[in-house]
Amino acid sequence: MIDATVIAAGEGNAPEGVMMFVPPLEEVVWSALALVVIALVFWKKVLPAFTRILDERAELIQGGIAKAETAQAEAQEALEEYTRQLAEARAEAGRIREAARAEGATIIEELRTKASQDAARILENAQRQIEAEQQQASQALRAEVGSLATELASRIVGEALADSARQSRVIDRFLDELESTTVDRT
Amino acid sequence: MGYDFRDPHQLGPTTRCLWRARAADDLGECALITAATDLLLAAGEGGGIHIPTMDEFFPPAIAFEGTIFEFNRVTFVRILATVVLCVVFWILANRARLVPGRAQSIAEMGLDFVRVNIAEEVLGKNHARPYVPLLTTMFFAIFALNITGVLPLLNISSNSVVAVPLLLAVASFVAFIVAGIRAHGVFGYVRTTLFPSGVPWPLYFILAPIEVLSTFILRPATLTIRLMSNMLAGHLLLVLFFAMTHYFFVEAGPAFAAVGVVTFGASIAFTVFEIFISALQAYIFTLLTAVYINLSQEAH
Repeated sequence: MIDATVIAAGEGNAPEGVMMFVPPLEEVVWSALALVVIALVFWKKVLPAFTRILDERAELIQGGIAKAETAQAEAQEALEEYTRQLAEARAEAGRIREAARAEGATIIEELRTKASQDAARILENAQRQIEAEQQQASQALRAEVGSLATELASRIVGEALADSARQSRVIDRFLDELESTTVDRT
Repeated sequence: MGYDFRDPHQLGPTTRCLWRARAADDLGECALITAATDLLLAAGEGGGIHIPTMDEFFPPAIAFEGTIFEFNRVTFVRILATVVLCVVFWILANRARLVPGRAQSIAEMGLDFVRVNIAEEVLGKNHARPYVPLLTTMFFAIFALNITGVLPLLNISSNSVVAVPLLLAVASFVAFIVAGIRAHGVFGYVRTTLFPSGVPWPLYFILAPIEVLSTFILRPATLTIRLMSNMLAGHLLLVLFFAMTHYFFVEAGPAFAAVGVVTFGASIAFTVFEIFISALQAYIFTLLTAVYINLSQEAH
């Protein structure tokens, strides 16, 4: 390198020795101009622009995270609410079903009681009616049998039995005998 | 360039990391310069090869000659890089959307890299905010001015002359002094910097001059020289490889074509390496500024 500089000396205007580190004034002027322009552009334009973008981006990301968190919390809340309502609805349905079952049982019970009462009443009525009819029939039969017998007897014995008092006595006796024979037979 | 006398093992993790970075960087620099020298000497013997000289960095003026606005090729490249950088980021800033596109993602990655991996990691989240614009400007300005070194037709980094690195080093210098004064006051800052506590007082006679040298002279000087020399050496290497490739392919005849393939491969490799160096130097400069600001704030 020393050789090269020696060769170069005299041809050009390269400074030597320590003068290499002392810039000529015009160099300083142009260098300062270049550096000042770069500094101004970065200081006033580039860095503020990029800082703003970075801040906005950070804000956006943080806002997004916050929003997502809120949404998640809301969803969680909604889920809990839903679960709670579902449980309530289930409980209520159970209650209603239980009540319905109980009511059904009561109704059946009532109906059964009423039916058995009705049956009893109908049975009683029928028995009473039968009794009355039996009584009626027996009376009618008694009267008819009496008159038939009387008529028969009177035909057999003639006028002898025309007297009504005697007639009724005879009939009663006959019937009593008849009854007693029936009783004996049973 | 181990000008910081303190024992690296006693420093915090960030500072230790910085020490490593600095050591690696210096090694890289040495290797580059050695390689450049060897190759230059070798090429000098060959003859017929265009040997890059220091004049490349000081081309004749193309406008306003003799005024303070004198304008040459390097200045032109610098202004072009500045305009492109500003226009690109201006458009990206105007088009910045909540959902980033491809270009915006890349820009955001770069801006986030400076803010998170440099400013906030070194200075802490709370202290970083006021210095983010400075560090971001530094990083992108250095990278934009470095990368012209590998761009076809431009092929020179305007950071390979001293002006921009020096001005940036001055900015870094002012920033860490202001940070120290803000944190401790004028006298507090001077006291904590020159007379660190926990040292027996007679040692201050040695310590104070060393601290003045290391903090207020070597810091800006090394920032300037590291950036400038890296870009300078990179340019020389690339020009040399391109010139040798041209020589072996065109002028030296078919017998040397195989050598030309090697130098062409090397020129591709070094182009990739220079892209890496462009980013690395931007990172180192910005990181060191952040570390200096941090040291000023935390000085005790």
